[in-house]
Amino acid sequence: MNSIAIIGGGVAGLEAAAKLSKQGYAVTVIERSKCLGGRLTQWHALFPARKPAEPLLLRMISEIEGNVNVIMDAAVTGVEKDDDGFAITISNNRMITASALLLTTGFDIFDAGRKEEYGYGIYDNVITSVELEETFRSGRPLLTVKGNKPARIGFIHCVGSRDEKAGNPHCSKVCCVTAVKQAIEVKEMLPSSEVFLFYMDLRMFGRHFEELYKEAQFRYGIQFIRARLSEAFENPDGSLQIRIEDTLLAKPLKMSLDMMVLMVGIQPQKKPGNLTDMLGLARDTDGFLLQQDQYAAPFATQIPGLFFAGGITGPKTIEETLTEARAVSAEITNFLKHRENYASHEPYLMEL
Amino acid sequence: MISFGYKIQTDRQIDFDSNNRRIFEFVKAGEPSIDWCMSCGTCASACTAAITTEYSLRRLIILARRGEEEEILNSVHRCRFCGKCINACPRGVNTRNIIYLIQLAVNKIAKHEI
Repeated sequence: MNSIAIIGGGVAGLEAAAKLSKQGYAVTVIERSKCLGGRLTQWHALFPARKPAEPLLLRMISEIEGNVNVIMDAAVTGVEKDDDGFAITISNNRMITASALLLTTGFDIFDAGRKEEYGYGIYDNVITSVELEETFRSGRPLLTVKGNKPARIGFIHCVGSRDEKAGNPHCSKVCCVTAVKQAIEVKEMLPSSEVFLFYMDLRMFGRHFEELYKEAQFRYGIQFIRARLSEAFENPDGSLQIRIEDTLLAKPLKMSLDMMVLMVGIQPQKKPGNLTDMLGLARDTDGFLLQQDQYAAPFATQIPGLFFAGGITGPKTIEETLTEARAVSAEITNFLKHRENYASHEPYLMEL
Repeated sequence: MISFGYKIQTDRQIDFDSNNRRIFEFVKAGEPSIDWCMSCGTCASACTAAITTEYSLRRLIILARRGEEEEILNSVHRCRFCGKCINACPRGVNTRNIIYLIQLAVNKIAKHEI
């Protein structure tokens, strides 16, 4: 019987595992950490409708329970390929064999400390969007380090995104709408606070995102200032002083903030020893994995039988990642059923 | 005053903490649709006054949000209330009423009423 191994038990990996196991294949999910769900476990509520993340996570896990072989807390140490498929070595010298291999190892979050001028890790009241979401998830109140309710909160967009010097020329795509969502949640938690978003462009690309933006303006009085922060300073009382160019007025502006939230971007996994480099997979110009063809073969690597999906090929919403997982499942089924003459995409590529 | 051949430049920064945003608060109370504005500038592109003067409703709304009263005072009287901006606005902001309320707020400031 054909077996499939999936490396990465996050949103893409779990959804593909559920779909492929329902097709009757023996599926093994190899997860590096001690829990399933990947980035979904870090969310309190999902944009745009602010649906709670936990029920979705539990539903996804229940979909695979009993049907999929799950190996957690396991690092992949080697992958070998022969005519029959793949031999995957994991920690403790265990080995998994599979006819097809799916990589859903996701992405990294930009390390905010690298933008030293924003003071993350140096100033008291600078946090990241990931930490703010964790605060929402924990149910704790949002407080300054001194234990006060912040009266004025600023969200800084594009931290480690659209920033060539930070190594990330691309747009991380999901942070704009995340900032709008989180700003609304801050206003619900602290109705008398003033909330400002400092953006270069507001990329409200998804369905109902624009409506969420308008709701943030009209119902919550959240203010949007088109600006990119160059540097923040800490006042003696622990509040922050920022100076920005108010680009729509073409004037510099200075203001104080009690708390600053850095909208950290999505970047490719580049840490030494990462699986992508171990497998020798090609990267695109932005560092994410190279797709054989963006339209005709988005999930195929240069190695037959090795597929990828999700954040490994660029920033994506959870909705998009789920869609990719379902699509790659169909592609893997196609591969396993017609392995001998699995359509090469090369003729199409030659025409382009 | 003795001329030393140089002068001290005035600070052109917007001092958000010190500024008074009473004009914006007055307008928002009377015309909440001001919060729908996304600063696209369609109103200003439809505006006849903007062709020959420095008048821009897009800019006025932001100035009101920041509390930059001086620049508002210098240009708000240029509107002739033709209302083309209302037709132009993609989000249905009642732009003409906003200009009217800004002028009203400016008059109230002069009379120390707000």
